Amino acid sequence: MTGTADSGVRLTPEQAKRRRARSIAIAVVLAALVLLFYAVTIVKLGPSVLDRPL
Amino acid sequence: MAFLSDSADDSRLIASGLGGDVRDYVDLLKPRVMSLVVFTALVGLVMAPGDIHPVLAAVAILCIAVGAGASGALNMWFDADIDARMGRTAARPIPSGRVPRDHALAFGTVLAIGSVSVLGIAVNWASAAFLAFTILFYVIVYTMLLKRWTPQNIVIGGAAGAFPPMIGWMAVTGSVSIESFVLFLIIFLWTPPHFWALALLKSDDYARAGVPMLPIVKGAAATRTQIVAYSALTALAGVLPFVLGFAGIGYGAIAIVTGLGFVAMAMRVYRDPGGDAARRACRNLFGYSILYLLLLYAVLLAEHGLNVPMGVHL
Repeated sequence: MTGTADSGVRLTPEQAKRRRARSIAIAVVLAALVLLFYAVTIVKLGPSVLDRPL
Repeated sequence: MAFLSDSADDSRLIASGLGGDVRDYVDLLKPRVMSLVVFTALVGLVMAPGDIHPVLAAVAILCIAVGAGASGALNMWFDADIDARMGRTAARPIPSGRVPRDHALAFGTVLAIGSVSVLGIAVNWASAAFLAFTILFYVIVYTMLLKRWTPQNIVIGGAAGAFPPMIGWMAVTGSVSIESFVLFLIIFLWTPPHFWALALLKSDDYARAGVPMLPIVKGAAATRTQIVAYSALTALAGVLPFVLGFAGIGYGAIAIVTGLGFVAMAMRVYRDPGGDAARRACRNLFGYSILYLLLLYAVLLAEHGLNVPMGVHL
């Protein structure tokens, strides 16, 4: 919450910088997981990933 | 969190409650321990008979590494009070106030569940179950029970650190075998002299923290005797891969020579020259033990990669 109200936690520039770094790290990990699951799916199922009953 | 609130001012508590730097969360994973786990698991995986797709092998190693990291984070969550009282660990993310305890608990739990699930889905559920068992063994049996209760804490608890090559082996075969058990046995027997050499050096630290390490409970002399006994057993176990026929003669020769060196180092600690020389003997044994384990596993890996003849050929 970085609104104009006085209540709530206000981050110092250092804390905001750390939070941004953590957010980027989580985004990178999530992107890596997407690639990981894609690679595992291709390796385990190969072309048959599309060969399934509808 | 008395250890934190006693000494922290408001700004530090707020900063802590908002979480630390990315580096602090990496530190929760105990990266140095993780690197040894990755290496030993890789050796188990490579030596196992059968084939595994390189991508799945990489996923298996990644999951084992993350599982080990999760164990480290959960260990730091539970042991924050001990860590705060020991010079060696006081700068860790939780006792230093950089990461709140509940963050470490959540971080470790998510990584533990994630690593076990991905290993099960991507590789096989046998190795995933073993990884789950290893994490629970380290966190519950070692951290929560043994560590604060018995001087045999690292003997029994050391099993958790010795399981990774068996998990790597299981990732390929889906089962355990005598070979993977020997890989486990080497690390299992190696752990007590490795840690007790450190415990002799840091016994004041452990005493202050109330951890019943062997040098505090049974005394330094009894610890030195046990160090020699376990070093001799480690040296014998180190030769087993050659004797049982899954390592070459080069490995056998190196295991014998370095094993004798291990026992010689332990004997120097046993003789207890006193003062700085005694501390140096402990430091040397601690350093040598790391090189010994890395060398044996590296030779196993190299021999397997080079397809050298295995076992005794008379």
